[in-house]
Amino acid sequence: MVGRTFLGMPVATERGTLRGDQPFPAAARTALADSQLRRNLGHATATIRAKRAAVIAELPDWPQLRDAAAAIKTDVMARLPDLLVQLEANVTARGGVVHWARDADDANQITIEIIRAKQRRDGRPVDRVVKVKSMATQEIGLNQALADAGITAVETDLAELIVQLAHDKPSHILVPAIHRNRAEIRQIFADRMAGVDPDLTDEPRALAMAARAHLRQTFLSSTVAISGANFAVADTGTLGVVESEGNGRMCLTLPETLITVMGIEKVLPTWTDLEVFLQLLPRSATGERMNPYTSMWTGTHHGVDPDGQATSTPDGPQDVHLILLDNGRTAALADPTGRQALHCIRCSACLNVCPVYERVGGHAYGSVYPGPIGAVLTPQLAGMHATRHGQAGTTSRTDPVDTLPYASTLCGACYDVCPVKIDIPTLLVHLRTRHVDGLRTRPLPTGERAAMSAAAWAMTNPDRFSRAETALTAARLLARLQGDHTHIRTLPPPLNHWTAARDLPAPPPETFRQWWTRTRGGPR
Amino acid sequence: MRVALFVTCLVDALFPRAGQAMVVVLERLGHEVVFPQGQTCCGQMQVNTGYQREALPVVAHHVEVFEAALRPVSEGGLGAEAIVAPSGSCVGSVRHQHAMLARELAGQGRAGAGLAGRAEAVAARTFELSEFLVDVLGVTEVGARFPHRVTYHPTCHSLRLLRVDDKPLRLLRSVAGIDLVELPAAAECCGFGGTFAVKNAAVSTAMLADKMRHVQGTGAEVLTAGDSSCLMHIGGGLSRLRAGVRTLHLAEVLAGEGWQGAR
Repeated sequence: MVGRTFLGMPVATERGTLRGDQPFPAAARTALADSQLRRNLGHATATIRAKRAAVIAELPDWPQLRDAAAAIKTDVMARLPDLLVQLEANVTARGGVVHWARDADDANQITIEIIRAKQRRDGRPVDRVVKVKSMATQEIGLNQALADAGITAVETDLAELIVQLAHDKPSHILVPAIHRNRAEIRQIFADRMAGVDPDLTDEPRALAMAARAHLRQTFLSSTVAISGANFAVADTGTLGVVESEGNGRMCLTLPETLITVMGIEKVLPTWTDLEVFLQLLPRSATGERMNPYTSMWTGTHHGVDPDGQATSTPDGPQDVHLILLDNGRTAALADPTGRQALHCIRCSACLNVCPVYERVGGHAYGSVYPGPIGAVLTPQLAGMHATRHGQAGTTSRTDPVDTLPYASTLCGACYDVCPVKIDIPTLLVHLRTRHVDGLRTRPLPTGERAAMSAAAWAMTNPDRFSRAETALTAARLLARLQGDHTHIRTLPPPLNHWTAARDLPAPPPETFRQWWTRTRGGPR
Repeated sequence: MRVALFVTCLVDALFPRAGQAMVVVLERLGHEVVFPQGQTCCGQMQVNTGYQREALPVVAHHVEVFEAALRPVSEGGLGAEAIVAPSGSCVGSVRHQHAMLARELAGQGRAGAGLAGRAEAVAARTFELSEFLVDVLGVTEVGARFPHRVTYHPTCHSLRLLRVDDKPLRLLRSVAGIDLVELPAAAECCGFGGTFAVKNAAVSTAMLADKMRHVQGTGAEVLTAGDSSCLMHIGGGLSRLRAGVRTLHLAEVLAGEGWQGAR
């Protein structure tokens, strides 16, 4: 058991959920060399991008919907404590039980305790639970915690099932097995799925039918289900899950006990706010006009007879729990700029348009939240080494989390597609600033800081700047020495990273300002 | 109109022909160009790498130099009505980062309260070349002839920060003799990203490889763009491969074939 954390403190969870094993540049280099991965990702992201663009072009009020969503989320963050208390009151009033978890360990322990309480009540063991696809439970490493407690978690989402059977990790928020193609999935099923037809083909329908047959008995015999939530409505106590397969709905309706783990930022003030998000989410996420399976539940229910009168027959789970998860979110909330990352509705549109993600895939980010949104969310949830929240045995250069804000060219494609208008490029720069500022307390400045200071010193005075430029023309000699009058082909570190793949033009004989002075004399 | 040139540090030091070409184009259109000689850099490299505090004096210097350029001659200024730069990225920094940074550091007690407002005033008069020609001057025909096969890469910051849209293409289409061919996947980043090109050199190179493949697929002889930084990246890759494609700044194409560099 690690030391207890307090509210508002970023959490250092175990490796594998938020903090990877390698700095991003190193992990990315490995991923770039995987030709199968490159091909799978290029194909899949291009397909989703095109679908999304087509359905968004249909909506004339798309910009207004995005503005509305951004406004609702900004309002939610401004009064999050009140909304959560209201949500708790309404869930409780309708027969649910609300739990508060400050971190991953807390949430896992609460989940296990709920399952053990059911065992004690029923007098029979619960050694298996079914799961709805959920990012929050991936974030807390719930499956492993349950396994350690002797409980098997069965992922019922097709892609999560593929990942689970392969003992792999999800590489995309929405499409966890995006790094796999049909042939690979067929092989995983053939190797790992008990009783599967050995003649299984890699036709999508055949693969889906195999998964369906595999899961059906599990659905019917499981008494406990675990889900996340896309939304919670504070003024009604309603929880909602948006999914495409219907497997989620089976988990949400068939078992006796339903446990939902939800990040505290998912709460919405009112039912009518859903109108905005249920338009934005499916079009941004899967490129669908309307989401196939949208399940909403409010506490516990009894059946209704044909006259509309409640009967004594239970309808759906009668033991309903909501675990509200902090796990670093209040730390993000405390940063007026950084808290924007909490607006995210996990649509993954930013992953699908990101040129970096498209080439390296999700595993390179080392976090369950990859891509542009992961690069701004993970450092805030897990904490950066430079801001004294790092993992032992790493430095601010090698801690994977510290390298994430730099994993972007700031091209801005993510901001353009974000349905809630999170300004990811500005957040990336903000987190780079927090990283750099965090290192200022160290006794020795980094080489980079010394270089940036020197450049700034030259750039605040035109004479110094002009002399620096003149010094640069000495590099013309370098080009000549390398046998080329126009280009420099090798440079010493760290600029060797540039010349490894690109030439650099030799500095011109005359700078612009020298030309101007020679030909015009003064400013005019 | 009297126009102050914000030539940018990269063009000044490494690509002076882009700056000279801008002078040629603006003067050919009958405008007077002035060069505020105190100018250095917008500070974007420091800001984007996380060195906000180091960037602050650079930003303050930029604001001071260009607000003086905009001041009337009677008040000791240069009397310029607009500031024009050959870079979507640097104009993006001036417009989207300067005031934001000034405000943030003022909040920390590191910058004076007045800087943000002054930065906004300078930013409001600062334009990227294609914006200035099309939006401010209302010109798409700049009187150039350039009989070559050309493809255009819309740089990320001109496209997504400044929203220049098809303005550069409208200017290029009006160039006499040009064979303008569309670049596939044009809106995708070339992988430069400032210090990203060095910090994440492998990913940067992978993105560059795809951009070069698209450029070469067009059969173009010249790749043009509104930012010398992105062109330095793509051009550096093309040069390494001896691809036989040269890179020219948009201003150089708009200056035209007959122009061999202002002397």
